[in-house]
Amino acid sequence: MGKLNLEVVTPEKVMVSQEVDIVVAPGTMGEFGVLEGHVPFLSGIEPGELRFSSGNQTERFLVTTGFSEVSDNKVSVLVDAAEKSTEVDAERARKAMERAKERLSMDRGKEDVDFVRAEAALKRAIVRMRISEKKV
Amino acid sequence: MATLNDIKLKIGAVKKTRQITKAMNMVAAAKLRGAQTRMENFEPYAAKFAEVLGNLASRIEPDIHPLLVKKEKVSRVELLHFTGDKGLCGSFNANLINRAEKWMNEEKDNGVDIGLTAVGKRGRDYFKRRGFDIIGSHINAYGSVDISFVNQISSGMIDRYLTDEVDGVYMIYSRFIGMGKQVPTLVKLIPVEPPVAEDEEASGADAEYLCEPDPEGLMIELLPKHINVQIYNAFLQNETSEHAARMAAMDNASRNCDDLVESLTLAYNKARQAAVTAELMDIVGGAAALKG
Repeated sequence: MGKLNLEVVTPEKVMVSQEVDIVVAPGTMGEFGVLEGHVPFLSGIEPGELRFSSGNQTERFLVTTGFSEVSDNKVSVLVDAAEKSTEVDAERARKAMERAKERLSMDRGKEDVDFVRAEAALKRAIVRMRISEKKV
Repeated sequence: MATLNDIKLKIGAVKKTRQITKAMNMVAAAKLRGAQTRMENFEPYAAKFAEVLGNLASRIEPDIHPLLVKKEKVSRVELLHFTGDKGLCGSFNANLINRAEKWMNEEKDNGVDIGLTAVGKRGRDYFKRRGFDIIGSHINAYGSVDISFVNQISSGMIDRYLTDEVDGVYMIYSRFIGMGKQVPTLVKLIPVEPPVAEDEEASGADAEYLCEPDPEGLMIELLPKHINVQIYNAFLQNETSEHAARMAAMDNASRNCDDLVESLTLAYNKARQAAVTAELMDIVGGAAALKG
């Protein structure tokens, strides 16, 4: 099988830069997979799990919002943050989820609560927990 | 003439000052390394981002999003102004403040009102003292800056722009060019002028992307991020510049101390010599008187 060049870049650093066989990423319109010879493709990225395999090795990453570009057998994923699935802190995620839920349950009329941000935080926390549970 | 003891004390004082400036120089050097690494790590992200955005912008109508549309009447603009939180870094802060004042005076002459968002204590204090209209300020933000913090800043700006509270947003920060060169730079943030796709390849048939959602939808998502990227970049550049400027200033100060110690030591030795000679003369004089 042909190879793809995958790059996962965050503002802090280049997280991944390697040759892979397949990439599966959480797009805005649903999960999508990329193999060699994919057409040039642009998509937004939602918080979720990014998987890629090389040979029989599969790695999983947690990513937050961003976008990805596929062109010329090169996949670039630009996201605000990315973590290796084994490094996701489940305990912290659970706490973040509780905080976000608490904030969301407050009075909607109150001005000093930022519901959009709380919702985004909740979403991130749920994704984190799901990923960390899968690791075993 | 200063007495021997005075000079001695002075030498001690200068040496102590030199110790401090040397220490500050080394601290700045260490911090500079950290800031510079962060700046370099951000480059791949920024470069890729600009490439994709430029590509996308060339394929959509320029007025699909209010952030892209220039307002007809500009009566009030916002300036995001960067300075350091601390002084002792040569003319670094003064340069940034001068640049801003010059620009603001020009704008005021055109009948445009200005609101300031100050990043850094130095700039905030300066403009507050002079009664400028300050929308907000961020103190001690360097070093702990991340995308979510930048997001807070930019979403406030976007809100103000969309609600017609301001009709444009600019920023002034110090661009890091090299160890000896940092230049205060003015950048227009809103309305957004997307970078132009440079290379031939990007504008050719190759660039016919399949987009999810559609190009317009993607653009709308990317625009606020584009502002974030620019602000984040300004944070990193400004921080690096500050440390570089401080390092140079402290290096200079240490060298001046060295010079001062040298010339004071010379004066001390001369004074000592003079004292010894005077004493000798006394003794010789006294002995001659006894003899005679």
